Amino acid sequence: MLTEEERREIEAEFHQYPQKRSACIDALKIVQRRRGWVSDESLRDLAAFLGMTPDELDSVATFYNLIFRRPVGSRVILICDSVSCWIMGYERIRELLTARLGIELGETSADGEFTLLPNACLGACDRAPVMMINDELYQDLDPGSLDQILDPNARRTDSSPMTSQ
Amino acid sequence: MERPLTKNIRPDQDPPNLKEYEAAGGYQSVRKVLKGMPPQEVTELVKNSNLRGRGGAGFPTGSKWSFVPMGADAPRPKYLVANADEMEPGTFKDRLLMEGDPHQLIEGMIVSAYAIQAEIAYIFLRSEYKLSEKRLRRGLTEAYEGGYLGKNILGSGYNLDAHLHISAGRYMCGEETGLLNALEGKRATPRSKPPYPQVSGLWGKPTIVNNVETLCNIPHIVNHGAEWFKGLSHTGEGGTKIYGASGKVKRPGAWELPMGTSIRELLEGHAGGMRDGFKFRGVIPGGASTDFLVEEHLDVKMDYDSVQKAGSRLGTGTMIILDDQTCPVGMVHNLEQFFARESCGWCTPCREGLPWTVRTLQAIEQGEGETADLERLEHHARFLGPGSTFCALAPGAMEPLQSALKYFREDFERHIREMRCPWR
Repeated sequence: MLTEEERREIEAEFHQYPQKRSACIDALKIVQRRRGWVSDESLRDLAAFLGMTPDELDSVATFYNLIFRRPVGSRVILICDSVSCWIMGYERIRELLTARLGIELGETSADGEFTLLPNACLGACDRAPVMMINDELYQDLDPGSLDQILDPNARRTDSSPMTSQ
Repeated sequence: MERPLTKNIRPDQDPPNLKEYEAAGGYQSVRKVLKGMPPQEVTELVKNSNLRGRGGAGFPTGSKWSFVPMGADAPRPKYLVANADEMEPGTFKDRLLMEGDPHQLIEGMIVSAYAIQAEIAYIFLRSEYKLSEKRLRRGLTEAYEGGYLGKNILGSGYNLDAHLHISAGRYMCGEETGLLNALEGKRATPRSKPPYPQVSGLWGKPTIVNNVETLCNIPHIVNHGAEWFKGLSHTGEGGTKIYGASGKVKRPGAWELPMGTSIRELLEGHAGGMRDGFKFRGVIPGGASTDFLVEEHLDVKMDYDSVQKAGSRLGTGTMIILDDQTCPVGMVHNLEQFFARESCGWCTPCREGLPWTVRTLQAIEQGEGETADLERLEHHARFLGPGSTFCALAPGAMEPLQSALKYFREDFERHIREMRCPWR
């Protein structure tokens, strides 16, 4: 069941489009923001709410890499694996991350905290290599900064985006 | 030197709010066109300015607009979309414009929408650009409050609503017709053309899709004229360009410079040259989907025609530098992995051909390549080239591959001969 709040938030997007179903990507993201991911049940409820079949909505949901159809950790790491980051040391950063978290790309750590996903160019190529954790961008990554970012005692709790410094 | 696009950008500070933007001359172009410029005159002006699309394709902006049906019989509503889905690897210019001066984009959208008499505008923004999202949201709210958006803008009788659409990933959304499908809430597969979006775009209505940097130029062209705009450039192509450089250079970054600034000036003057201990081997001049250029091309002027004559494309104008300690085969392998993953799967050559090139390149990189692989890669460069696929994704993917085979052939052959990657 969609909650009353979810319904209201989704309905607030309808005015942007001539058809309800056109708001389906917004709707998937609204549910995902509140529940972490989009389960089969959420998908069926959303489809009914938007006047689509579950298959139609799933064909959309599975196309976009930032819609999660499986549970993810509370901190989703999007590591940029595009060319500028690759030149500047992406592979080393990936190796350190997978070793440290004990997971491969596409996996979630056993404690449910981290999910590690490869991502297309994050548009910060002058500060490569880079990655995002939830809404925050981390630039000029090296082994030292990676330790600091992942250190549980140094963790930032806010999700404000970091600007170029 | 004039830098119209970045004059308001203050690094590491909040962008100008509405008041500050207005105090710096902001929204004058909206007043100007609404007070006394017929829409077709705005389009004519942009045509005369020689502004070409800054998203990569370089299509003349005014001509693009001129295909939109005008007059009382035109289908309605009409749409204007800002393509803010910047995802071309190596490209980080639109982000600077949106984070640094969001009102400039909004102003450019209003004037452009007026030129085609659109009623509804969208900013199609990639999800990862969180700071752009925050600043554009604030900018749109302020623009509504200031009377620049909504009903009866500045008492002119012209109405325009603007929405911010936050996407959910996939490079294909940056492709013009893929973007339209994504905005309609569908998979971002390409549409067949014709009909072109100018005639039948969003929900079947006339639609213009322009890149962020393109739209940011419009207010300045309206305020200062076509001749002024052409005068900003070193060559016949109008305006300035946001150029960039990434890779093993001393000062990676982005700079607004006259259109037609040479690769050498960008590399040595602005990026500070190569880092100590690294030598220049090549450059992808405008994002992942452009052909390599090499040392003999360093004096090529970075404008659409000059780069094309040199055998590549200006693309997004943000250069990726290949150095002597980075494996060219590995670099092309990385590029093709990107394109293979981002292929939407709609048409067979792209869906099947790109993974094939990835596997072939991987074999060569791992020392399992054979001489015939080079021919196979060349076949793919032809079969996935222009005219064989639905959209430009696969042809774009073939540009760095075909040029790497040409300029770095000895490196490919050495991998095969020595059965290993000499850089690993």
